[in-house]
Amino acid sequence: MKTPYTSTAIALHWLMAVLLFMTFPLGIYMHDLPLSPEKLKLYSYHKWIGVTIFLLACLRMLWRLRHPTPPLPRSMPDWQQKLAKGIHHLFYLLLFLIPLSGWLMSSALGVQTVWFGLIPLPDLVGEDAALGEWLKAAHKALNILLLIGVIVHVAAAVKHHVVDRDDVLARMLPFLK
Amino acid sequence: MHRWHRPLAVLLLTSTAALTPAQAAEYSRFVADRSHIQFAYRQMGVPSEGRFRKFSVQFVFDPGKPAASRTLIEVDPASAETGVKDVDEELKKDAWFDVRRYPLARFESSQFRALGGGRFEIAGRLTIKGRTRDLTVPMQPRMDGGAIVLEGSFPLKRLEFGVGTGSWSDTATVADDVQVRFRITLNPTS
Ligand code: HEM
Repeated sequence: MKTPYTSTAIALHWLMAVLLFMTFPLGIYMHDLPLSPEKLKLYSYHKWIGVTIFLLACLRMLWRLRHPTPPLPRSMPDWQQKLAKGIHHLFYLLLFLIPLSGWLMSSALGVQTVWFGLIPLPDLVGEDAALGEWLKAAHKALNILLLIGVIVHVAAAVKHHVVDRDDVLARMLPFLK
Repeated sequence: MHRWHRPLAVLLLTSTAALTPAQAAEYSRFVADRSHIQFAYRQMGVPSEGRFRKFSVQFVFDPGKPAASRTLIEVDPASAETGVKDVDEELKKDAWFDVRRYPLARFESSQFRALGGGRFEIAGRLTIKGRTRDLTVPMQPRMDGGAIVLEGSFPLKRLEFGVGTGSWSDTATVADDVQVRFRITLNPTS
């Protein structure tokens, strides 16, 4: 059988999926906590993982430009093909914009982002509380969009595997074969 | 808290504005709006800064007569401002400055020493949260118009003063090292 996705694409996909399943719930859990060392740690972990996702997203976009994805099964109705591709493109956009909004939000709220506590990212915007609040709302809205996208994405993958019994999930999850 | 601050007298200073520190005599009138006390620290590796909005300064400084110089600086720890509201509120609590029990931090000089090259050293005692430590503060004066500007910075360990106790004593989260930076502007004694 042909190998439609490169192993690099597969590795990046699952690595980012794992990191997203860490940083998304962390984001929701951490922001209502009262100030404590725990909260400072969780905020930093959230940001470090988020920045990692950002860098991986950049890598992944570059990879994707040179390595087109394998076609979807011809049996899929046109609207499903369009929806699937639309969501994939939305993910690329969101995995870029969500971390970016978080990074800019931190700068605007006066807290520099220091990746793993070691590598300071430049503050691309100055301290500006109003901008910070706006970016916080944007970060949240983009995340809600991501959540909806992920739900559809996962549900579709399971449906392909269980209902349609095609190779759409297996080609991204090779040990299913 | 009294500030030695008589703005009218500023007008009288034009004639002395050209004096160098060595020539000038005594400076003692505190100029609050050209002075600050700031602190820098790290949380999770993130360089962070704050300042105290309220502090009072009694200062007599004579560059030619360090032995006759003295100071008493009192800081209202409840006025600490970091730019993050939650942090400012937290700093007032028992674990940090415990501002209800310790409403003032103070530095009182015991001796001024000229180090040469226009630099000075102030030995004294720093009290934060009821704990007193000996401290030596380097200081570099410069002239600004008729006023003298005393600038310097010194490191301290917050845990030596019991600042940030309990779970906050974890220095992997908030570093023990705090760098204090000050600028004290004084007009000549009239
Ligand atoms: C793909 C990466 C990321 C995901 C999926 C993500 C997800 C989330 C989520 C779900 C929330 C909770 C939103 C809410 O309910 O208000 C959140 C909050 C937050 N995120 Fe992210 N985030 C990511 C990257 C980043 C980055 C890179 C930074 C900063 C460098 C960051 C900074 C923050 C901050 C400061 C909050 C809390 C806002 C508040 O205090 O309410 N995030 N994030």
